Amino acid sequence: MSDSNTYLPRDWGLQPPYLYEGYKSTVERSPRKPLVPLPQTLSELTGPVYGHDAVREIDSDLTKNGALNGQPLGQRIKVTGRVTDENGRPVPNALIEIWQANAAGRYVHKVDNHDAPLDPNFFGAGRFLTGPDGRYTFRSIRPGEYPWANHHKAFRPAHIHFSLFGPSFVTRLVTQMYFPGDPLLPLDPIFLSIPDVNARNRLISRYSVEATDADFALGYEYDIVLRGSKATPMEG
Amino acid sequence: MDNRKMQQTPGQTIGPYFAYCLTPEGYGRKGITSNVLAGPATKGEHIRITGRLIAGDGSPLDDALVEVWQANAAGRYAHAADNRADVALDPAFNGFGRCQTDKDGRFTFDTVKPGRVPGQGNRLQAPHISVIIQSRGMLSHAFTRIYFGDETKANDEDPVLNSIEAARRPTVIARREDTPGGAVYHLDIHMQGDQETVFFDA
Ligand SMILES: [Fe+3]
Repeated sequence: MSDSNTYLPRDWGLQPPYLYEGYKSTVERSPRKPLVPLPQTLSELTGPVYGHDAVREIDSDLTKNGALNGQPLGQRIKVTGRVTDENGRPVPNALIEIWQANAAGRYVHKVDNHDAPLDPNFFGAGRFLTGPDGRYTFRSIRPGEYPWANHHKAFRPAHIHFSLFGPSFVTRLVTQMYFPGDPLLPLDPIFLSIPDVNARNRLISRYSVEATDADFALGYEYDIVLRGSKATPMEG
Repeated sequence: MDNRKMQQTPGQTIGPYFAYCLTPEGYGRKGITSNVLAGPATKGEHIRITGRLIAGDGSPLDDALVEVWQANAAGRYAHAADNRADVALDPAFNGFGRCQTDKDGRFTFDTVKPGRVPGQGNRLQAPHISVIIQSRGMLSHAFTRIYFGDETKANDEDPVLNSIEAARRPTVIARREDTPGGAVYHLDIHMQGDQETVFFDA
């Protein structure tokens, strides 16, 4: 396999470690032995491909795709951004799957027993593909903060979960998008587990007048960078 | 040589509440895939792979996501980067599956046994499945592989298996059981401890 096809490694100066004591569940679930280096073979350089047959227009509109008899409660938002790789090149046709709590901080999930109301008009999951320029857009409502059992009075900052496939199995990324000005961010061990402050802050979306839908939804911009190619791209 | 213009986005835990989005059959919705990779028309030996995900204290990971990616029975990946025209694609096989673990930490996949694919230096690798593990309590995903216990000869010459210290190789080799319903391969994944599974920096 020629070097030109392989991907840059995970950057452990930017990626959260497996063991982070502030997040208690990592203690029993973190691998402790050193990772074994794996040369990137066809098994790593290929990966699942999903196209337009996997997504429908309504899958990117969470204000509509779970509606039973009305509109979901909460502040409507539009989130848009670009998926690129570390080389700065757009990643087209990347499948993005998202899930989130409703405005009250409650998930549809069966094991979420937080005593906050479900919204009969909000399911909280969507999927869409990036365009030729790596851009994506979806509409939703602003998720609520919710308590968790990690420590006394622990509340997660408002967030939307993102799952992405890039061009291969090794470019997989699951992350979370946060909101600007959230006072819970400096208290959240999941957010703080990212070792680099600037990398951490890139998970915070930006409020954008430009992205705002007039008379409808507040706009946020959130860009994502996947692992890039190791070889120097040919210029021109 | 460093052609990085931007820094990669950090990962975050998948958390405990992904199932209604990523494995949503139990919510009356269709996901992009499931834990059934092979249908009646899929070529090759139909097999089941099952095992448990176990935490350091012996408790099951009952809210984890296991994702698998593999070549078809002939040894070809359904992806543009695998352009070997002499190995046939199977229109009835895509090669990607997902399973949420149950209350015992168990995952199950119904698939076909993959063929051999080339690795470094164009040497054939032993049949294997690529695996990503994620769960609450994991801030970054973990890569591992599943090899097949009845492929002794291929395993013995596999460059990746040979890069692992001998005592740890069994942590990625599934045990074959022949049942009236077909072959079932068993492999438990241990996050920590004496039997800690080999995880890769892929
Ligand atoms: Fe969450």
